[in-house]
Amino acid sequence: MAHAATSDAGLYGLLAEFETPRTLMDAVHAVHRAGYTDTDAFSPYPIHGLAEALGFKDRRISTLVLLGGITGAVAGYGLQYWTSVFAYPLNIGGRPLHSWVSFIPPTFEMTILFAAFTAGISMVALNGLPRPHHPVFNSERFERASQDRFFLVIEATDAKFQVDETRAFLAGLGASSVEALDE
Amino acid sequence: MPVSQYPEGDYRAPVDVLAPGHTYRSITDKLASVVLSKQTPFTWFLVFLVAFMFLQGLLISLTYLLVRGVGIWGNNQPVGWAFPIINFVWWIGIGHAGTLISAILLLFKQDWRTSINRFAEAMTLFAVACAAIFPLFHTGRPWLALYWLLPYPNAMSLWPNFRSPLIWDVFAVGTYGSVSLLFWFIGLIPDLASFRDKAEHPVLKRVYGVLALGWRGSARHWYRYEHAYLLLAGLSTPLVLSVHTIVSFDFSVSVLPGWHATIFPPYFVAGAIYAGFAMVLTLVIPIRAMFKLHDFITLRHIDNMAKVMLVTGLVVVYGYACELFFGWYSANPFERFMLLNRTMVGPYAWTYWMLLLCNFLVPQLMWSKRMRRNLLAVFVVSMFVNVGMWLERFVIIVTSLHRDFLPSSWEMFYPTIWDFMTFFGTIGLFVSLMFLFVRVLPLISIFEVRTLLPDATPKDSSSEGGSH
Repeated sequence: MAHAATSDAGLYGLLAEFETPRTLMDAVHAVHRAGYTDTDAFSPYPIHGLAEALGFKDRRISTLVLLGGITGAVAGYGLQYWTSVFAYPLNIGGRPLHSWVSFIPPTFEMTILFAAFTAGISMVALNGLPRPHHPVFNSERFERASQDRFFLVIEATDAKFQVDETRAFLAGLGASSVEALDE
Repeated sequence: MPVSQYPEGDYRAPVDVLAPGHTYRSITDKLASVVLSKQTPFTWFLVFLVAFMFLQGLLISLTYLLVRGVGIWGNNQPVGWAFPIINFVWWIGIGHAGTLISAILLLFKQDWRTSINRFAEAMTLFAVACAAIFPLFHTGRPWLALYWLLPYPNAMSLWPNFRSPLIWDVFAVGTYGSVSLLFWFIGLIPDLASFRDKAEHPVLKRVYGVLALGWRGSARHWYRYEHAYLLLAGLSTPLVLSVHTIVSFDFSVSVLPGWHATIFPPYFVAGAIYAGFAMVLTLVIPIRAMFKLHDFITLRHIDNMAKVMLVTGLVVVYGYACELFFGWYSANPFERFMLLNRTMVGPYAWTYWMLLLCNFLVPQLMWSKRMRRNLLAVFVVSMFVNVGMWLERFVIIVTSLHRDFLPSSWEMFYPTIWDFMTFFGTIGLFVSLMFLFVRVLPLISIFEVRTLLPDATPKDSSSEGGSH
C-alpha cells in the first residue's frame, strides 16, 4: 500500500484485455500464484471457477435466504393466527378459530415470497449495486466486457503493485492490450 | 456428437441447440439487433395493430362493466362462476410454462431452455396480468377488493377469512406474480448491460444503463449472481407447483359434484404446463420467423417442446379418466348424474367431446417425429390445445354448476357479447405486451446463449497434469 500510493496518485489499476476465456482463466491463475490479491476479472457471461481462481468465496446468500424464508413463514402464520383468533374471530362452519391446516397454503406462499426477495435483493446489495460509475468504465475497451471480451484488473492498492513491473507481467500472460485506469 | 446417419436437411437428422459457426460477437450482435435495429418487421406492425384493437375492446368492456355492473355478463344463479373464472384459470395455467422452463429445466440442466426461457418468463408475467383482471372485475367493485382480498389494518377492523381457498389464491397468485417478476428482472440485468454498451442513441444508453444497475460482469458478481439465480430456481419450482394446486383448491375444497375430487391438484398442474407449452409454441413459431432467430431457436427446441406438450397432455387425459372412474366408483347419485349430464345427456355434452378432440385426439400427432419437426403441424396442434384447455375449464365450471342439487334451480348459461369482448380483449392485451416486449427487451437471454459456445467454460488449468 505504502509504495503504491506515492508514485501512482489517481491511478485505479491496470486493465488487461484477453480474447478468449481460456487465456483469461490461465492469467487469473498466474496472477493469483504471483501473490496479487486486489484483483478482479470480468467476462460477458459467468465462467465457472473464475471467482474461485481469484481466491473468492462467499456463501452468505444461502444463510440470508434461509433467514428470509423463516421470517416469511413466521410472519405468514403469525398474521393468520392473530387475525383469526384475536383480531376478528369468526365461527366458520364450527371450525376451530385456530384452523392450522387452512393456514398452511398462505404460510407456504409467504415463505417463498420472503426467501425469493431476500435472494434477489441480497445478490444486488452484496455486489454493491446499483453503482452507476466504476473506474473500469473509464476504459473505452471495457464496453466489450459485456459483449465478447475478457478483462483482468490489478488494482493500485495491491501490496505487490508496481506500474511497470505489473504491466510487463500482465503483457506476458497473453493480454491483447494493457492500459492504466484512472480513479 | 456422433456423425449422423441421416443427410443434412432430413427431418430425422439431429439438430444442435445453437446453430454452428457462432462467436461471442455474432451472438451479441444478432440478438441485440432485434431490439436496437431501427427496422421493425412489417408483420410486427400488422400483428400489433390487430392485438391493439382487441385491447381497446377490453378497455371498452371493462368501462361498461364498471358503469352497469356484472349484470352485463351472462353469469347467473346457479352459474355464478362463468367466463371470468374460466378465463382466470386459463391464463394462470398458461403462465406456468414460463416458470417450468426457467426454473425446473435449469435444475435439470437442460441446455435447450436457455434460448426460450426469457421469452417464456415474459409470457408468464403477461399471462398473470391478464388472469388478475378477471377475479378483480368479477368482484364488481374492484376498488373495494383491496380490503376483501388483502389483509391490512383498516378502519372497519375487518380481516379476510383465511379458511377460504379464495384467499389462498390471492397469496398464491400474488407471490407467483411478484417472484416471476423478480426472476425475470434478475435474468435481464446482464443483458441490459450489453444493451447499454451496444446502444448508440444516448437516451437509450441511459435508459438501459439505469436498468442494468451498473452491472460490469465482475467474476465476484457473477459468482453471487449464479448462486442467487440457482436459489431462485429452487424456490420457484415448488412455487409453480403450488400455484395451480391452490387454484384447483378453489374447486376441490367445495362439495360440488364435478369439483370435489382429490385428483384436481396434479391434474390442474399438468394441464397448466400443457396449456403453457402450447402457448409458447403458438408465439415462438411466428416470432422466430419474424426476427429470423432460426440459429437460436432450432428445430430441437420445437421438437422438445412438442414432446413436453404430448406427455403433459397424456397426464391431463389420465385426469379425465380418473374423474370418470371416481364419479362411477363413488356410487353417489349426484356424482353419477353429473357425469352422465356432462358427457352424454346434458345440453353442454358437445363441449366435452370437443374438449377430447382438442386435448386428446389431435395432440397424438406429436408422436411422429416428422410432425414434431413440421412447424405448421406443431402450430396447428398448439392452437387446438389452447382451445382445448379453455374448453376444459368451461366443462369443469359450467357443466358442474348449471345443474344444481335441486332441479328447480337448474339454469342454462349463455355468454353475452361483453363476456367475449372481455376475453378476447385480454388476448389482445397479452399479444400487445408480448410484441412490445420483443421490441424493447432481449427476448433471448444473450449471456446464457454465450455459455453454449464450445469454448465457453475452460477446464481449470491448475488441475492439469494431476493424477489420473
